[in-house]
Amino acid sequence: MSVDKTTVAKIARLARINVPDDRLEPLAAELNGILNWIAELEEVNTDNVEPLASVTGHALPMRDDVVTDGNRPDDVLSNVPEGASGFFVVPKVVE
Amino acid sequence: MSDLVTGCTGDWEVVIGLEVHAQVSSNAKLFSGASASFGSAPNENVSLVDAAMPGMLPVINRECVYQAIRTGLGLKAQINLTSVFDRKNYFYADLPQGYQISQFKHPIVGEGSLRIVMADGSTRDIGIERLHLEQDAGKSMHDQHPTKSYIDLNRTGVALMEIVSRPDMRSAAEAAAYVRKLRSILRYLGTCDGNMEEGSLRADVNVSVRRPGGPLGTRTETKNLNSLRFIQAAIDYEVARQIEIIEDGGTIDQETRLFDTATGATRTMRSKEDAHDYRYFPDPDLLPMIVTQVEVDALASALPELPDDIRDRLMGKYGLSAYDASVITEERDTARYYEAASDGRDRKLVANWMTVELFGALNKSGNTFENCPISPENLGELVGLISDGTISGRIAKDVFADMFETGKGAAAIVDEKGLKQVSDSGAIETLIDQVLAANQEKVDDYRGGKDKLFGFFVGQVMKESGGQANPGMVNQILRSKLDGA
Repeated sequence: MSVDKTTVAKIARLARINVPDDRLEPLAAELNGILNWIAELEEVNTDNVEPLASVTGHALPMRDDVVTDGNRPDDVLSNVPEGASGFFVVPKVVE
Repeated sequence: MSDLVTGCTGDWEVVIGLEVHAQVSSNAKLFSGASASFGSAPNENVSLVDAAMPGMLPVINRECVYQAIRTGLGLKAQINLTSVFDRKNYFYADLPQGYQISQFKHPIVGEGSLRIVMADGSTRDIGIERLHLEQDAGKSMHDQHPTKSYIDLNRTGVALMEIVSRPDMRSAAEAAAYVRKLRSILRYLGTCDGNMEEGSLRADVNVSVRRPGGPLGTRTETKNLNSLRFIQAAIDYEVARQIEIIEDGGTIDQETRLFDTATGATRTMRSKEDAHDYRYFPDPDLLPMIVTQVEVDALASALPELPDDIRDRLMGKYGLSAYDASVITEERDTARYYEAASDGRDRKLVANWMTVELFGALNKSGNTFENCPISPENLGELVGLISDGTISGRIAKDVFADMFETGKGAAAIVDEKGLKQVSDSGAIETLIDQVLAANQEKVDDYRGGKDKLFGFFVGQVMKESGGQANPGMVNQILRSKLDGA
């Protein structure tokens, strides 16, 4: 598996990372180096092996359905670049 | 019954599948301890987990998992004891994490089915493909400022069940029946309040058209419909639009569309290009979720009786029509009311009074069923008085109106107003003799062959009795007096 310049540009856009055009080619080369290195794992036979989702063997811990948090709008909004009447305020996003 | 749509070049079959988002009824959110309640001040019900502050970790709410399992059981679906949470990556202002925690490959609930009832009483089984748990997003307001959007994260992280149907529906009416039935089941189970106005239940509609029996056409998805009316309107619009394009020689783009509630039209979402590139991967913050068969069995044994089972019982044991049984069982409260009102009474007559008079009066007065002024016991009492001949059906309507107005019992009103039906044959005979004597001419006409006058005499006798004479007896005695003499 390898990625080209176009794919890198697409991934960057999806991740909202601004990558100048002259960086696309070098980035593709770097990513391909990583992919090739990981591709070594393909030598291992994984037929009939379930994908590993966790190494600990623990099950997901659960909590009770009790309200224990919230009512802290000042904390939640303390870092906002812009706010008004308890809302976050952002550039207009509308379809 | 054919649901085919006729175009300019022949018939088309409509194929519909629905994705319903149902907000889970719970106290707290899916992965945080903030309240899941509706209608609080902006950003009041937000924890630092919901706001996606660095270092915050999600911990799942067991009750939300149980609610999803209950819903799965209510849909007669496979419950998956192991399921996995994934990240669905996209950027939007009401999603502070930059991803939605959802279930992609391994949902908690697998295949099931749901039975819909059409207006003519016919039924169809619609396949359920899956149900998975995910986080709801926040709410954006776009009308507060010319160039800004206002964001409230109270809804962010509230648990949602996404319930995906098979493309088994063939008309807008079937799609509406599906949502109505799903809503009914959710409300019986208590797993979602089904409030479409508040957004607790919303549907995405997948629509395509094809020649009958032909291969499936390309589908479009219309997002976020929050009423049965909009769901039907969006489907009707899409069907007409797609048929027109194809008949004009064009092709349908597989795309996401928005429904404009003001115009009833759908349109392409502008941001569609990357919309489906979500780059799902297992959420590294959450281990695979394991539930035990013992837990599932315990939830199953505590499940309430569901509308289909009650409906079958009302039809089988009590002989109700498919229509009455469906209307009565759509809501758990009305089914309970019926059971209480009809206990020991004429079951069919109670069903009739409930679906016609009671629902009619509630509708007319703008009352909801929750504050119905007539208790089930009182409605049962009224029907009892009709059944044992104490009052006629005609008088019963007046008594009913009084009961609805005052909340008093039926027998009390009948006593108070002296409305008891006269079933004393001597008294009725006296009335009849008076009426016949006063209308000798008409009696002669009747005997001369004017049969239709019989109704006139019945009316006169009933009028003289103030509506209280037993109509059956009036008919019988009149008949013998007029025809026998």
